[in-house]
Amino acid sequence: MAETIRKITNSIGLPRIIITLFFILTCVMAVLLELPIDMLTHQVLVRIGMNGVFVLAMVPAILSGTGPNFGLSLGIICGLIGGLMSIELNLYDGWGFAAAIVIAIPIAVIVGWVYAQLLNRVKGSEMMIATYTGFSIVFLMSIGWLIMPFKSPEMVWPIGKGLRVTISLGERFADILNELWEFPIGKVKIPTGLLLFFFVCCILVWLFLRSKTGLALKASGANPKFSLACGINVDKNRITGTILSTVLGAVGIIVYAQSYGFFQLYQAPLMMAFPAVAAVLIGGASAQKAKISNVILGVFLFQGLLTVSLPVASSIIKEGNISESLRMIVQNGIILYALTKVNGGE
Amino acid sequence: MTQEYTLQMKDISKVFFNNKVLNSVNLNVKSGEIHALLGENGAGKSTLMNILFGMPVIHSTGGFEGEVIIDGKRVDIKSPKESLDLGIGMVHQEFMLIPGFSITENIKLNRETTKNNLLSRVFSSKLKTLDTKSMNRDARECLDTLGMDVNEKSKIAGLPIGHMQFVEIAREIDKRNIKLLVFDEPTAVLAESEADNLLNAMKTLADTGIAILFITHRLDEVMQVADNITILRDGEVVSLKQKEQTSVSELAELMVGRRIEGIMNSNKDEKSFDDKEIILKIRNLRVSMRGEQVKGINLDVRKGEILGIGGLAGQGKIGIANGIMGLYPTQGEIYLEDKKLELNNPKESIKNGIGFVSEDRKGIGLLLDSSIELNIAMTAMQMQNKFIIKLLPFTQMNKGKIRKHALKMIKDLDIRCRGPHQMTKRLSGGNQQKVCIARALTLNPDILLVSEPTRGIDVGAKKLVLDLLVKLNNQLGMTIVMTSSELGELRSVCSRIAIISEGKLEGILMPTDSDVDFGLMMSGEYHKINRGEAL
Repeated sequence: MAETIRKITNSIGLPRIIITLFFILTCVMAVLLELPIDMLTHQVLVRIGMNGVFVLAMVPAILSGTGPNFGLSLGIICGLIGGLMSIELNLYDGWGFAAAIVIAIPIAVIVGWVYAQLLNRVKGSEMMIATYTGFSIVFLMSIGWLIMPFKSPEMVWPIGKGLRVTISLGERFADILNELWEFPIGKVKIPTGLLLFFFVCCILVWLFLRSKTGLALKASGANPKFSLACGINVDKNRITGTILSTVLGAVGIIVYAQSYGFFQLYQAPLMMAFPAVAAVLIGGASAQKAKISNVILGVFLFQGLLTVSLPVASSIIKEGNISESLRMIVQNGIILYALTKVNGGE
Repeated sequence: MTQEYTLQMKDISKVFFNNKVLNSVNLNVKSGEIHALLGENGAGKSTLMNILFGMPVIHSTGGFEGEVIIDGKRVDIKSPKESLDLGIGMVHQEFMLIPGFSITENIKLNRETTKNNLLSRVFSSKLKTLDTKSMNRDARECLDTLGMDVNEKSKIAGLPIGHMQFVEIAREIDKRNIKLLVFDEPTAVLAESEADNLLNAMKTLADTGIAILFITHRLDEVMQVADNITILRDGEVVSLKQKEQTSVSELAELMVGRRIEGIMNSNKDEKSFDDKEIILKIRNLRVSMRGEQVKGINLDVRKGEILGIGGLAGQGKIGIANGIMGLYPTQGEIYLEDKKLELNNPKESIKNGIGFVSEDRKGIGLLLDSSIELNIAMTAMQMQNKFIIKLLPFTQMNKGKIRKHALKMIKDLDIRCRGPHQMTKRLSGGNQQKVCIARALTLNPDILLVSEPTRGIDVGAKKLVLDLLVKLNNQLGMTIVMTSSELGELRSVCSRIAIISEGKLEGILMPTDSDVDFGLMMSGEYHKINRGEAL
């Protein structure tokens, strides 16, 4: 009996068991506190779709050997630029959304390539360098947003120069994926388009990882010396992985924003990489290994826990801002816990 | 009687994981004697020294049998610290010195002479001032004993390697109670003149009454300085000789010994490859691989033969195959059937039909977290577009073909596993080696370079791997270049054996040549002696 339990524990992994138990605990408490379960379920599904692509962006970076992409903000900024251009071109609905992605991808490819050159020169300390590259670029772009020559009155300050802090997508392409083929099960609305988009992205990455390039990329990350002896160009694969991760980050923010309803500029992208890294780690990935299943499980556990724990916390402690602080404690606690697991996926 | 020996090690036996590495070894060293300890790699020299120094690795693997006696008293050495207290010193092969400190500071590190000052009188003795003058005087004394005229105040960084070695020795003799000094291959990193200085210093030290244990495989040095010589082979003392009663060739023979593991390649002796075309021509090959430098080798490999490359560890034999594959910075010329090979480019080497099985199985040879089938198919997939479905511009791996090929390889090479999907890290060493060979074979190479194919695998698996290589050679006519530290293995499989010493080709021998020749070549004495005869 003890043997079987240990076997199961080993195959699932202790971190996942702890997080899952914690998640179940918060769900039970949500029921006991008579919170609106249908609303919460809807929110969990939406948040999985919103954040899923960010988490997926970690996979090519980890597999190519550069570790979790802490510099995800780079991709996010590329996505933001794509989105702003789409608004500047005065496009609406599906076209607006598609144009944002189409414009963002080439920018992300170039930025990813430059970023990869940096990462190839700092082998062994990618995670730290990536974190600070992400931070630096966010602050650099804080100046950038002020001086970029966007004209659309929806985006610039009515008086003075520069772009607004938040730019509403209300009439452009807000909720375009969320409401696509949306249908209710009972009282729960299923954001079909959003989830479908996420799953299609997962399948595309999965297919890529089974291609010749994808396999070479995985080999480069798993054992650079082996790859060298096989005639595989390790640096080139690290570049490919970084570009792909940056592109997914760019697509991710557009998906995120259409659901959120706003583009947030300036300091908003600063910490966005951390929940994504935490999610993939909780899903069972490590700094060297990641699978698509880790992404799906991770984003479900992380976002689910976060979504449910907030109303639970605020109904237990009713004083003002304490619930927000609690949410930060829970979120950063999970991130911290996940980061301690960065070198041991098993 | 026992009193006159500084060190006695009696009936020392040591078992590592059911593998007997030392078997009733006896070693006696008198004071003022230089005692040489000879043996090939893996003969048990290091283990014996680890026991003497009480290294943790010995105690964490179940201790040892036998007794160690110092100055007639039985001692139980549990840690390196205790061995130091007993007056045993070690001069390491790799220097343990702090480059930014002066010679004196290095010699006196943690044993500084101090004098009182106002603060130390008031507070604690930890605040005492260093007595630089007396420290420099002590250091000077030690350096003078060794006949070294360098300023004791100069920094270690920038000193020639030979001098660093002397500083190491000076540090040991500065410890007043030193009785026994162990030199672990001290001349390996030195130039010839520096080595001579060192040997003279050793003699001077011995004259002061310190017992010296000299570990080496350079036979001429042994003959120069040693009084007595103990020869280890396969964990046993094969002989204890006095210098006057022996010769370099006898030592060489004793060191190598004949250990044929049954002739496996039955027709290797009948066939002669002298008339066959040269498939691989190496000219002035230089490879800078750390610890295995190749310093200019010329070698011809003939079609269809199994060429062995032997030699002691660190002499450069491993570097050759790695250089041909372009894995380490390489200079020189390599021709494949008269076509010049581009160097430092693994892709070119593979595309020109060279297969490589690395000596570092887990580090280079395998993707440990991937399945057997993926390991086998990976190189061929990337280099030759095998096992790929093309849907331009996209590609997908052809799982069916990979599985089929893997199953065939598993059957042909008799890889014991739970199936082609099993991760390679869960396989035993021998089976991992077979996966590596299968990967190389999938490329259909003209030449197969195999490095240390039997390192770290058990005896039964060893034979299987070697049989496999012979089979490939006999049935498919594949040319094989096999690098190995195990001479017996090379002699049982290869048609010719090239011996590498100090990064250069010492000579090529037939497997049937005498032990003396092999021993001499491995220790780099062959040409010195032959030259001597010629003069």
